[in-house]
Amino acid sequence: MATAAEKEGVVLLDFWVSPFGQRCRIALAEKGVEYEYKEENLSDKSPLLLKMNPIHKKIPVLIHHGKPICESLVIVQYIDEVWSNNPLLPSDPYERAKARFWADFVDKKVSECGTRLWKLKGEAHEEARKDMIEILKLLEGELGDKKYFGGEIFGFVDVALAPFTAWFYTYETCGKFSIEKECPKLTAWAKRCKERETVSKSVHHPHKVYEYVGKLKKKYGVE
Amino acid sequence: MAGDQELKLLGLWGSPFVMRARIALNLKGVGYEFLEEVLGTKSELLLKSNPVYKKIPVLIHNGKPICESMIIVQYIDEVWATAGPSILPSDPYDRAIARFWAVYIDDKLFPSLRKIVLANADDEETAEAADQVIAGLQLLEEAFEKFSKGKDFFGGESVGCIDIALGCYVGWIKAAEKMAGVKLLDKEKLPLLMGWAERFCSADAVKELMPEVDKLVELGKVLRARLNAAATK
Repeated sequence: MATAAEKEGVVLLDFWVSPFGQRCRIALAEKGVEYEYKEENLSDKSPLLLKMNPIHKKIPVLIHHGKPICESLVIVQYIDEVWSNNPLLPSDPYERAKARFWADFVDKKVSECGTRLWKLKGEAHEEARKDMIEILKLLEGELGDKKYFGGEIFGFVDVALAPFTAWFYTYETCGKFSIEKECPKLTAWAKRCKERETVSKSVHHPHKVYEYVGKLKKKYGVE
Repeated sequence: MAGDQELKLLGLWGSPFVMRARIALNLKGVGYEFLEEVLGTKSELLLKSNPVYKKIPVLIHNGKPICESMIIVQYIDEVWATAGPSILPSDPYDRAIARFWAVYIDDKLFPSLRKIVLANADDEETAEAADQVIAGLQLLEEAFEKFSKGKDFFGGESVGCIDIALGCYVGWIKAAEKMAGVKLLDKEKLPLLMGWAERFCSADAVKELMPEVDKLVELGKVLRARLNAAATK
């Protein structure tokens, strides 16, 4: 007899700490979709991953009835379109455009700056620190007094950014600044996200992320 | 949805990203006011409408700004859904594939193309960038075979999302070939894309927007000079 996961035909190739993979996990959980989670060893990628994402050879990859979808925000939009309950994107075209803009902003800015923050030293590190504060402040500006970026609804931008809340501790520690001080509304939003089961089950403890970054630092000979 | 709507597009001649928005508007038969920015300066309207990136294109619809070219294209497709052909496919999987390629084109193809245009005839760097562009175009040649299903465009019978995402670079690809003396769109290696490029450039929604290659080469030289001047400051 087929399991719920098998019936849905959804497989997620992922890596435990990846915020991009976590976006997909959160989206699937928000929709109540059962799926098979496959953890990849990024230093020894599976034949399935190489076959399903031959161009980038990266996770996450969502495989639905054998067909692969790559790029985390493309995957999240796919999930939103196939499973129409609890919509993540609003129905109004202008609001949708705004949501796509801010999710794209998170994609372009947060991870890249975060990496500079833990990897670089001296002037470049100081620049990364300034940039990160600016990025978070822009996000805080967009959030405003709303409960979520999606308003009352935990939406597309929330899904895009929520996994990075587990990286806030790392950013603060590496950057020597307080996100709560600089962005109190964003900090409150991060707390609300953690209270959602879909997020808390998909995202790891900030200290685990920090530990992981510590290992990366050793690997790259930083500090 | 159509009718008395105030539609403005902030752009620059020669920008492939602006071209994307204009093609989409043409496909939907929608009229708009084109507000040309001056290269090297940014208007008050631009700074107000796109405070985050301060970049063109920006579509302003009844006073509300939409930024980022592919987001603008999707917006146009959704607002004027009943006018003209669909730009994005209707099937969610096909839409995901179209979006994937749009991301690939901007993340992988564009930076290499840009390097060729802006590089100072550093043979090694230019050659490497050219190889990357050719490799990317090779992947798109294979994708075209799969998605067109023997029809004229990636989108099938009409210009679609991937056509717009890639097609806006055709002029610059030809300009880069002239500027660096490299062959990128090779008829022998990329026969399908060559045929597609010709059809794309002559499509109704596109033909009046296609910039002259020599004018792009001139613009490329200006951009290169500005970059060098900024670097030496």
